[in-house]
Amino acid sequence: MVGALDRKLLRDLGRIWAQTLAIALVLGCGIMMLVGAQATQQTLLDTQAAWYERHRFADVFTGARRAPASIVDDAVAIDGVAQAEGRITFTAMLDIDSMEEPATAQVLSLPERAGLNVPLVRRGRLPVPEHDSEVALSEPFAEAHGLYPGERFRAVLNGQLRELQVTGWVLSPEFVYTMAPGALLPDDRRFGLVWMPKATAAAVMDMSGAVNDISLRLARGADERAVIASLDALLDPWGGTGAYGRDRQMSHAFLDSELQQLGVMAAFLPPIFLLVAAFLVNMVLGRLIQLERVQIGLLKAIGYSAREIGWHYLKLALTIGALGWAVGAGFGWWISDAMIGLYADFFRFPFLIRSHGTEALWLGAALAAATVLIGAGRAVLAALRLPPAEAMQPPAPPGFSRGPTDRVLAWMQFRQTTMMIFRSILRWPARAAITLVGVSASVAVLVMSYFIFDSVDALADTIFGQANRQHMTLTLAQPQTEQAVRDAHALPGVMRAEGAYAMPVRLVNGHVTRLSALQGHFPGATLTQLVDDDGHVVTPPEDGLVLPETLAAALGLDPGDSLRVEMLAAPRRVLDLPVRAVIAQGLGQEVHIAAPALFAAMESVPQVNTIHLSVRADDIPALHAAIKATPAISGLSDWADLRRQFDATLAENLLIMVSIYTLIGALIAVGVVYNAARIQVAERSYELATLRVMGFSRVQVGYVLVGEMMLLTLVALPFGWVMGYGLAQGLVVGMSTDVIQLPFQISRRTFALATLVVMIAALGAALIVRRRLDQVDLATALKARE
Amino acid sequence: MRDTASPPVFRARGVTRVYRTGKVAVWALRGVDLALNEGEMVVLLGASGSGKSTLVNILGGLDLPTEGQVFFRDRELTRCNDRELTLFRRDHVGFVFQFYNLVPSLTARENVALVTEIARNPMRPEEALERVGLGARMDHFPAELSGGEQQRVAIARAIAKRPDVLLCDEPTGALDSATGVQVLAALNDVNRDLGTATVLITHNATIQQIAHRVVVLADGKVTRDEANATRLAPEEVSW
Ligand SMILES: Nc1ncnc2c1ncn2[C@@H]1O[C@H](COP(=O)(O)OP(=O)(O)O)[C@@H](O)[C@H]1O
Ligand SMILES: [Mg+2]
Repeated sequence: MVGALDRKLLRDLGRIWAQTLAIALVLGCGIMMLVGAQATQQTLLDTQAAWYERHRFADVFTGARRAPASIVDDAVAIDGVAQAEGRITFTAMLDIDSMEEPATAQVLSLPERAGLNVPLVRRGRLPVPEHDSEVALSEPFAEAHGLYPGERFRAVLNGQLRELQVTGWVLSPEFVYTMAPGALLPDDRRFGLVWMPKATAAAVMDMSGAVNDISLRLARGADERAVIASLDALLDPWGGTGAYGRDRQMSHAFLDSELQQLGVMAAFLPPIFLLVAAFLVNMVLGRLIQLERVQIGLLKAIGYSAREIGWHYLKLALTIGALGWAVGAGFGWWISDAMIGLYADFFRFPFLIRSHGTEALWLGAALAAATVLIGAGRAVLAALRLPPAEAMQPPAPPGFSRGPTDRVLAWMQFRQTTMMIFRSILRWPARAAITLVGVSASVAVLVMSYFIFDSVDALADTIFGQANRQHMTLTLAQPQTEQAVRDAHALPGVMRAEGAYAMPVRLVNGHVTRLSALQGHFPGATLTQLVDDDGHVVTPPEDGLVLPETLAAALGLDPGDSLRVEMLAAPRRVLDLPVRAVIAQGLGQEVHIAAPALFAAMESVPQVNTIHLSVRADDIPALHAAIKATPAISGLSDWADLRRQFDATLAENLLIMVSIYTLIGALIAVGVVYNAARIQVAERSYELATLRVMGFSRVQVGYVLVGEMMLLTLVALPFGWVMGYGLAQGLVVGMSTDVIQLPFQISRRTFALATLVVMIAALGAALIVRRRLDQVDLATALKARE
Repeated sequence: MRDTASPPVFRARGVTRVYRTGKVAVWALRGVDLALNEGEMVVLLGASGSGKSTLVNILGGLDLPTEGQVFFRDRELTRCNDRELTLFRRDHVGFVFQFYNLVPSLTARENVALVTEIARNPMRPEEALERVGLGARMDHFPAELSGGEQQRVAIARAIAKRPDVLLCDEPTGALDSATGVQVLAALNDVNRDLGTATVLITHNATIQQIAHRVVVLADGKVTRDEANATRLAPEEVSW
């Protein structure tokens, strides 16, 4: 049965439905982000856990130049190791009919012994040792080329051109996220994985009875660091390239950093929306209770208890909360569906364990309830405290009195309508403050959202505009003398060729170690440069190392300190080099040195193992053909194409992303200004109608209302800019992972756009409310006592 | 001064106003004919609900009749659109209401300035306030003034633009007798000194004695329309 009070509740809600909806939308936005991010995160986490478990994703990984197969037994004997698997892996160039340029592949032998990192057959079957041309391909790569089981393609394996036959498509827990070494984006066309039986791989690489890759699964409670140290020691005589845990395994690290960012998303923005919603509930309910003083007095007079009355208003708030929660949960669910769909392009799982997001929904419900109850709290307490007799009196007319501000206002010689605006703000400072807080939150959210694009822009500018201006990078199978660079320059279409030397290293400072890469920079190189976060080109000093800040901090190093650099590939030298400079560099975790200094320290002639090219576009087909025919080249990355892909991906999503961010950010401003203006109109419609009676035009009267809202908006802008700056800084900290660090750079365009959007949103909301003034009947307005 | 020979300020012909709310139709005015002369003070008398406010609102351009014509001098108000009516009110009409309708956030002076800022040929706000005897309280907010004082601010605000007509809807309705007399005196002074044609609505029959002419409305029709042979000064009446 619906009681009389509940019917009143429904009517109240009906009367202020638009205001209720505006608050519910702001609240819903917060809940939506929370539920969306959490449900997505949980889905990825559950799926990841199941996928890793069922297909026995390893815990520790390492490479070696060549180790006897028996080393696997020694590895199992290490304390804390449950299982070990030895493999043969190498890179190869593939020549595929559907592609003019060569593709790069990592070839892996199939697990035999312990069955770690077991690929899942998605189509066809696994290759068998009896047929030495049989291979399985990673599903995304095979899919990109339509290489169905039975199809053939050519590959350069260990310098020999071979024809291979596809037996099946597989997915592996090791390659949820696949990216070519040194690449910036996944590219399923140019980089793939090839699995072959161990015997085949051993034959190709001339490695029977040997392995060059070892994966371990740890026993429960094992000390990963100790295992890594033992494994490194075990493999050192065999050219170990440094063991690492899942945290340094590329696929896992990327997935993990995405999960971390989802967590940040779930925690970062929702509180702002909830806070604004709480303020709005307070504003609207406070006003409603003030309006209903007489009714409250009456209810008390006829015997309703304070508790019943308080509960009545709390129910109203809770209804708003429930509405916001429903909106947020619904959209959150939908958003998480969309996000999971997007992730499917980057993260390849064979199945999805869709989280129902139950926890997120409960959390959302609790937060929604808390939000509206906190918002309602003060207003409802005020209602409870009203003594019945006083409640029956109409509220005292708003008392204005002269203060010091009036002298300032008088001196400014404003029009009286402008005076009305100022006095209204001064008379209800709390209400104005809520509007201010809300509008600045809106600006801040927008600044932070648009900042992401600035950051990506800056990143792209550093990567493509300065650090990597080459069109192509060739990786050599073996280090060669500088003659290789001159040879590369002779390839068709090459305008400029620059050599570089990269070496996987272990950095050791006391007991702290890090795996990294050492980059040798040749003097005069212009295609690739070392660039810091401010966009300055850093020239490595004549001797010693340059380290990025984060790496230096992790190793506890300052300029002047000495760092031990252990090379993890031939010639496996161990060098003690001084740290000369530490630079701010968000992208990249590598150590840099001038090539002459490096080779002087190595006491060797200069060598290159990477060649960067700038090429004429017309000659690219001929160049590709030449590269395919050069076995000394083991890898190719096309930076020009990478840039195109990067821009295309960005352009594809930019409009949608900007629109969504704009909508969400502007919603706060709309919700706040709409509610504030509605309350102004409700309280002052008669006063404003009086102006109409005296001959003020609609525009002039509207100015009093809209002007106040816009004045508050203007004042809120700088606060919003500052808050947005802070939020963006927080975002950088929260979102930065080992894999990537967002550069902190906010453009003027971002501030301008956020400002423009909020101004338009606020103006729109105020103008919509202004139309209500037209509906006030002038004749009736005059009969009303204020 | 008062000039009965010149054409009337207002002419109403067959003015009918029907309020329709849902299925119910209320006939507030049923064919009112009326003329208001330059400089004249007319008291509009009638029981509550007889249509006085409706008539004055129509004369003042706040409302339009369902049928009939209203002329202000040569201009037919019944043909004006919303914008023209706004300008008409701004330039020609001063309103005084029962509940003063002052802007609470503006001082007495500022309430008057509100109007002088948009009027064509206004007097200084201070002058208007002095005319109604409030020269000393100009910087007070409405909440700091008594009812009678607030009403006199409203009169000052209405006359500051030097309107052609002053329309007062029960200006003394919320006031006690002594305060009401002060307000009436202020209106009388304005009418005498500025020659502003004035319509004064009241349901208080005593007040009719201060008018040049008395028009009585009953049930939406004019039932009496005659000049007073002798007028009393506002100070001579009381209720
Ligand atoms: N906006 C309105 N809607 C419906 N009826 C109205 C409205 N305004 C006035 N009336 C009706 O018109 C009649 C005349 O009202 P009014 O002119 O205010 O009378 P008076 O001012 O003489 O007391 C009354 O019956 C009143 O109820
Ligand atoms: Mg009336």
